[in-house]
Amino acid sequence: MITLTHYLVLSALIFVLGLFAVLTRRNGVAILMGIELMLNAANINLVAFNKFVAPGAMQGQVFALIVITLAACEAAVGLALVLAAYRGLETIYLDEINLMKW
Amino acid sequence: MTGEAIAFYALAAITLLSGVIVVSSPNIVHSAVALVPAFLGVTGIYILLNAEFVAGVQVLIYAGAITVLILFVIMLTEGGTGLRLQQRNEQGTIGAVVAAAVAALLIAGATRTVWTPQPGTLATYTPGAIGQSFLGTNLLAFEGTSVVLLVSLIGAIIIARKED
Repeated sequence: MITLTHYLVLSALIFVLGLFAVLTRRNGVAILMGIELMLNAANINLVAFNKFVAPGAMQGQVFALIVITLAACEAAVGLALVLAAYRGLETIYLDEINLMKW
Repeated sequence: MTGEAIAFYALAAITLLSGVIVVSSPNIVHSAVALVPAFLGVTGIYILLNAEFVAGVQVLIYAGAITVLILFVIMLTEGGTGLRLQQRNEQGTIGAVVAAAVAALLIAGATRTVWTPQPGTLATYTPGAIGQSFLGTNLLAFEGTSVVLLVSLIGAIIIARKED
């Protein structure tokens, strides 16, 4: 029997994978990929809570759809920023982008 | 093991294995392509959770649009596959420790909490219920999301535009 806890543990593991990518990757695009994994983990939680804890409400799935939309926005703006940074600074490796760091 | 359990563990294995490739591959193109099975595994999880509409949207937006967008940006920027450049910073150990700590915290919280289900049943046909909800109770969030979409569309164009 697959319970709510199974889904929560799976989503925790996916979240941690994304967190590890954000903390250790140098490439801006790879960090965005990590953020996408973390958002997916949050969505699994929302949908699982919808089914197991509040089956009468649709809020979990509605919130998951809104998060997917905002993730698409975030990806578009983030990748535009990466392109702009590449055009201006000739690098997308975030530890080399240190204009504001003294 | 029931069919549901087999499906769950298979989908979880697909998602986690591709997630590990996304996080650890030295080739950035391999990372981007490995996002597709990761997102499709999550899609299967949604179907297991009776969220067919969310699953469809996940395939369209994540597995379709976002992956292609990421691949385009990789190809438009220098380095291509990135194999010649170091892909990780020097925080590998600290990052692993932090990730393990967060995982322990989240899993402990998830397994020790007692969740009490509220009364009610899940709608048998969720897309209709979601549509009703979007144009009823959640109308404000729906409209707010559309404004954010418009703003990010304009913002992405302005940021990525070449300055003359």
